[in-house]
Amino acid sequence: MAKSIAQEFTKGLWAEIPPFRLVLGLCPTLAVTKTVQDGIGMGIATTFVLLCSNILVSALKKVIPSKVRIAGYIIIIATFVTVIEMMMKAYTYELFQSLGIFIPLIVVNCIVLGRAEAFASKNGVVASAADGLGIGLGFTMSLGALGAVREILGTGALKGDVFGFVYNIPGIFGDAFQPFGFMVEAPGAFMGLGLMLCMLNLIGKK
Amino acid sequence: MGDYIVLIISCIFVNNIMLAQFLGNCPFFGTSKKMETAVGMAMAVIFVLVLAGVITWMAEAFILKPFNLEYLRTIAFIVVIASLVQFVEMFLKKSIPALYAGLGIFLPLITTNCAVMGACLININEEYTFLQALVASFSYAVGFGLALILFAGVREKILLARVPKPLQDTSIALVTAGILSMAFYAFKGMV
Repeated sequence: MAKSIAQEFTKGLWAEIPPFRLVLGLCPTLAVTKTVQDGIGMGIATTFVLLCSNILVSALKKVIPSKVRIAGYIIIIATFVTVIEMMMKAYTYELFQSLGIFIPLIVVNCIVLGRAEAFASKNGVVASAADGLGIGLGFTMSLGALGAVREILGTGALKGDVFGFVYNIPGIFGDAFQPFGFMVEAPGAFMGLGLMLCMLNLIGKK
Repeated sequence: MGDYIVLIISCIFVNNIMLAQFLGNCPFFGTSKKMETAVGMAMAVIFVLVLAGVITWMAEAFILKPFNLEYLRTIAFIVVIASLVQFVEMFLKKSIPALYAGLGIFLPLITTNCAVMGACLININEEYTFLQALVASFSYAVGFGLALILFAGVREKILLARVPKPLQDTSIALVTAGILSMAFYAFKGMV
């Protein structure tokens, strides 16, 4: 046992925070971060899938033959994605609609499969759960941060409803501010993420 | 006929699967460092996406819809795509070794390429007919290939430039993709 459970958990929050340190799962990162609400919603959905699939993959690691393991992992992941898809459709329909096809696409999110293959298939259940939860929360934080940058610059306000937590901050920069519409469009997503990555590199690799 | 031309232009340029819809980013950044790998990946995606688009459309129309199993769509599609990729790989290895040598290493990567799965889901959500789904899948794949090859060309030039240290590698690639995305953004409103 090289690392304690707490270390497995906290590494996802800074040292290996996706998608900055682990450059995986870029599609949802770029696509759903128009607003903080969508970013965090997507992050929490991914965290749920990551946690459950990590636990199950780790528990079944001796049962799944190594030749067909990828197919097995994908079925496990797809099952949990279907579960969260139905839950969001039932309880948070608005969020479900604004995330659109990116919820079923969690299946092909490389972070989830990557953690199953690189971590859960080699470690115990508790360590895998800690790893899944840590990476998932790190991902949620990144999406929230990128969403905040894009929403604040792009519309000059913050507004939304994250699983019942409602917030509304209009006119952050005052009335004279002209919204920087570029940021909420497709090119702004690439630029925003690229420049945030640059800033993280400046702060320094740990 | 005109409808199909509009569909093709909209799928390749206006709703470019990579630069406007953000699908297939991982292989986009992963395989664009060299022109050679970019071309290989583009070809593999065109090949698989057309097949996957057709087969998932049929699965939806003939199996999931008649039996009211739409809620199983995510699982069904990923299984179809994964087995299709495996099948294509084995078939090419046996029958067309020359093509396999070219596409070989890119094929397994395609299973987790969200461009393939995404395009299949878009076909269903937009309620395309069979022919429309076929044309749209092909156009999406061509759009992906076009963006990938253009981007690989730009990235090879970046290698020769002096990039500031914190911006190196992925960071500058993302900013460059943003500029390329701006170019494609100009097509918006055309269709």
